Amino acid sequence: MNKTKTPDLSVDLGFLKLRNPVIAAGGTFGYGLEFKPFVDLDRLGAIVVKGLYLNPRPGNPPPRLAESASGLINAIGLQGIGVRAFCDEILPQLEGLKTPLIVNVCGETDEEYAAVIDFLNKDGRIDAYELNISCPNVEKEGRCPALSPDHTYSLVKLARETSRKPLITKLSPNVTDVVSVARAAEEAGSDAVSLINTLLAMAVDVETRRPRLANTLGGLSGPAVKPIALRMVYQVASALQIPVIGMGGIMTGRDALEFLIVGARAVEVGTANFVDPGASVRIIREIQEYCREKGIARVRDIIGTLKTEGA
Amino acid sequence: MVKDAAAPIIRKKNWNDYVLLALRSPRIARRTRPGQFLMVRVSNQPYPLLRRPLSIHARERDGVEIFFTRAGVGTAILADKKPGEMLDILGPLGKGFVLPRVPKGKTFCLVGGGRGIAPLYFLARELQAKGGHPRVFYGGKTEADLPLLQKFAAQKMEVFISTDDGSLGFPGLVTTMLEKELARSAPPAWVCACGPDPMMKRIAEIATERKIPAQLSLESIMGCGIGACWGCVRKVLRGGSAEWVKICEEGPVFEASEIIWGEKWDE
Repeated sequence: MNKTKTPDLSVDLGFLKLRNPVIAAGGTFGYGLEFKPFVDLDRLGAIVVKGLYLNPRPGNPPPRLAESASGLINAIGLQGIGVRAFCDEILPQLEGLKTPLIVNVCGETDEEYAAVIDFLNKDGRIDAYELNISCPNVEKEGRCPALSPDHTYSLVKLARETSRKPLITKLSPNVTDVVSVARAAEEAGSDAVSLINTLLAMAVDVETRRPRLANTLGGLSGPAVKPIALRMVYQVASALQIPVIGMGGIMTGRDALEFLIVGARAVEVGTANFVDPGASVRIIREIQEYCREKGIARVRDIIGTLKTEGA
Repeated sequence: MVKDAAAPIIRKKNWNDYVLLALRSPRIARRTRPGQFLMVRVSNQPYPLLRRPLSIHARERDGVEIFFTRAGVGTAILADKKPGEMLDILGPLGKGFVLPRVPKGKTFCLVGGGRGIAPLYFLARELQAKGGHPRVFYGGKTEADLPLLQKFAAQKMEVFISTDDGSLGFPGLVTTMLEKELARSAPPAWVCACGPDPMMKRIAEIATERKIPAQLSLESIMGCGIGACWGCVRKVLRGGSAEWVKICEEGPVFEASEIIWGEKWDE
């Protein structure tokens, strides 16, 4: 192809067409507005807004963050404003946004997930839900529904019955067999899965012998987790029929491409937004440059093209 | 707030572990107020990953100064940077000190411990420009922790110095020196302070006892500096109830009366 022609970066999740495969990840992009000074939000593939419960939620005591080698351990505990304030105060400020908006849905009980979905169903500005069944910082010892295929199935089924919008189920890496949990989400009617959430982790201050997080345990993200995330996305994408959205430590366009090559239909960019608020748009540009260099006309043509045989 | 991906270091001074860097960044200089901070990227490698939050120490014609200590892996890399190198910075961030109309004849007590002196030079200069009279209380463990004495003195500011070991000035804590001075002089319009948490807590007590309003600049590890990660919270009174409030967005300066102390981190 003509190398100067702009490559087509659009991807299709089936239920949602994205102008490019780069989605701002839930919990790392605030409610979107925080990034307006740094990013043209209309250039993103989609935005996942920070997790919402039915009511405002106080979150965990500080310290909530600890830096580790090439990583970040957090125990925020899903502090947030709740669905009402989101609809009343945030959504009007996102009026005119051309980028699809995905709400990360949380709940202390299965019924609360359904109630959040029910509340948001009538809002035409929300394009899909991402079920956050995998946050390690809200129950004791990092427990969450996504640790169990059975709980994942029943929760996704309930959400499916309630939801009038597409559902993405966000999976946990803190399991022995991620494929079995992903299958449970697929069988319960999820339209897609996204993975990975953070890896259960901790850090200790040797001077005080205290945990560096007030919550003791937290979730590890950033470049340190990328190889594990990639392996899990590869396994799940190879086993499932529904689209897979890959994430975990993506800092560059080439990182994102690795996930697409192993079968992710799109990617979410998380911790990179903290390091560089313009990271998402830079990553889109880097994917475009790669396609142009390699003469790839459509980025979707490289999804799932991992070569495992021959030289 | 803006991102300046290539702000050149135009000047550097260091005194053992204390470092002052002057950066050229007209866009940030134009926008900044005392008490605001920068998020500074120390490396373009994945480790250390996060930017470092650093107070703006001074505003110049077309740039800002930062003043910090070599405290960990990130600030050590920053401390080794040389004039001519570029820094990737976000700023100015946070709300900073509230500078009310300066009442005639009133003083302002600015209290800084060690590297906590950083934002107070900018504040003192701004108060002077508005016709106020800043009195600077500058404390450290030892004489070597007070490298900016001459800088304050050169601006004809009244500077009170203290060292924990008595090597220079008042022997003891800067908060004790403040208490003694408050007991014998007319009350200031405000006490403004920056330093470690136990010092901030003590200043809040001293100011509350005397019914003097105080503004305290708090430190925290930060993930993003722009309000997106919710990692840097402190418990603060908001509309009568206690909430975890983001230091980066609603601080780093809070009124002493709204901060709730006695949480896990200051045991």
